[in-house]
Amino acid sequence: MNLTLKVWRQQNADSKGEMVTYKVSDITPDMSFLEMIDVLNEGILSGDIEDKQNYGPVAFDHDCREGICGMCSMYINGEPHGPGRAVTTCQLHMREFSDGETIYIEPWRAKAFPIIKDLVTDRSAFDRIIQAGGYVSVNTSGNTQDANALPIPKENADAAFDAATCIGCGACVAACKNSSAMLFTSAKVAQLSLLPQGEPEREKRVMDMVKQMDEEGFGNCTNTGACSVECPKEISLENIARMNREFLRANLTSSK
Amino acid sequence: MSGLIKSSLAKKYWMAATGLFLCLFLVGHLAGNLQLFIPGEEGKIQFNEYAKFMTTNPIVRVLSIVTFASVLFHVIDGIILTVANKKARPQNYAYSKPSKNSIWTSRNMGVLGTIILAFIITHLSNFWYKMKFGSLPVDSAGYTDLHGVVMEAFQSPIYVIIYVVSMVAIGFHLWHGFSSAFKTMGVSHKSYTPLIEKAGYAFSVIIPLGFALIPIYVFLTNS
Ligand code: HEM
Ligand code: SF4
Ligand code: FES
Repeated sequence: MNLTLKVWRQQNADSKGEMVTYKVSDITPDMSFLEMIDVLNEGILSGDIEDKQNYGPVAFDHDCREGICGMCSMYINGEPHGPGRAVTTCQLHMREFSDGETIYIEPWRAKAFPIIKDLVTDRSAFDRIIQAGGYVSVNTSGNTQDANALPIPKENADAAFDAATCIGCGACVAACKNSSAMLFTSAKVAQLSLLPQGEPEREKRVMDMVKQMDEEGFGNCTNTGACSVECPKEISLENIARMNREFLRANLTSSK
Repeated sequence: MSGLIKSSLAKKYWMAATGLFLCLFLVGHLAGNLQLFIPGEEGKIQFNEYAKFMTTNPIVRVLSIVTFASVLFHVIDGIILTVANKKARPQNYAYSKPSKNSIWTSRNMGVLGTIILAFIITHLSNFWYKMKFGSLPVDSAGYTDLHGVVMEAFQSPIYVIIYVVSMVAIGFHLWHGFSSAFKTMGVSHKSYTPLIEKAGYAFSVIIPLGFALIPIYVFLTNS
């Protein structure tokens, strides 16, 4: 396959970026999207692919390349992680595209995810939301209780597990017209609030996490549902409603 | 408690609560307006009597103050949210395909709301202001003749078009807004959310359609 790529190039956080056009060839349909970018970068390094402005290889985040780490953030042809559903960029294959196609590749765009270089953004805002309450406090003095010792209704265990599959990739924020982090935050809230281990910190958790989410500069949810459609783990919009409920409940009942 | 005033979610709760209250208002308002379909002198007097009741009854007056307050809150809150949402993405994508993941109305609540606001202002100055502060003639039963004002206004095709277009905007606003408001309030469950969504679609078609038929009917029967 031969492709025309229009890639966002930006030297560093302060510089003004631009879309730059590259031509790649010898792409096979069974390559993953990241492998295609590897081919581009090798071509730029060897000089086989023209890089007029001398930006050098395209910087992009990746790690596991099997859909579990959430690093490979790319806004491809107008959608986070490209046209596929329930896949990350590393799981997206070139067979989804056709020979001669022009592909647009951009970083996540949100005030709360500043660009570091090219397609790499700083997503530590998510880490701070987790730090604000996305945990359970457990006694580690040596007599830690077995988690399975507590009975949990099957439905709750399933819903908690579904929420827990969120890999923190940020596609929800990238897809949302408001750059809202509600799907991510609500998944983290729901996962713990459904389990008995999360009960003691239930109110404080949702209040602190929402507060942190607001401070990071994410937008507000309009329930467009774009996040859930683009989410590689198909996190349900129901989590957002659950968080709305949890937050209302916490504010009305918490002694804080 | 402060989370119920300052947080992003609080702004959403207010948006949803005022929006749903306005939906109730629309039902009441339409029920009253349907009297405009009653023909002849009898219909005129019944409508004018109703208009008098609506401007003088103390319970209705309290409700109308709550309605005005809801519109005001909804508009101000809507502007605050929309501005904050724009700020959350200072630089836009060069190439974006949001139609792949969400419906148009859900992404244009602010635009639709602005059309509705322009309509509300026109509408109030057309009828409410005239009824409240204008000097209108009285009908054969001695009631202020708001019915005549309505009949006259809808002789104008421009007015009829403005009204119909505005009702389409309300329909689109509620196509997404009705069920969204329930989700915002945390009312969501696999079993009944699909029902709320269907009810929302029905509401957003039936209510605006009811309103829109009145100017069309008046225009067609009086000219
Ligand atoms: C007949 C009058 C109106 C009704 C019944 C109505 C109803 C609603 C409902 C039910 C929602 C959904 C709330 C949610 O998602 O939680 C909504 C959202 C919204 N409304 Fe209205 N509305 C009306 C007029 C207006 C006006 C005049 C504006 C002008 C600014 C406006 C602006 C908005 C905006 C911007 C949203 C989206 C807020 C967000 O979630 O981001 N609406 N409306
Ligand atoms: S909710 Fe989905 S899209 Fe958002 S961070 Fe988690 S896995 Fe990614
Ligand atoms: S590189 Fe880990 S999810 Fe794509």
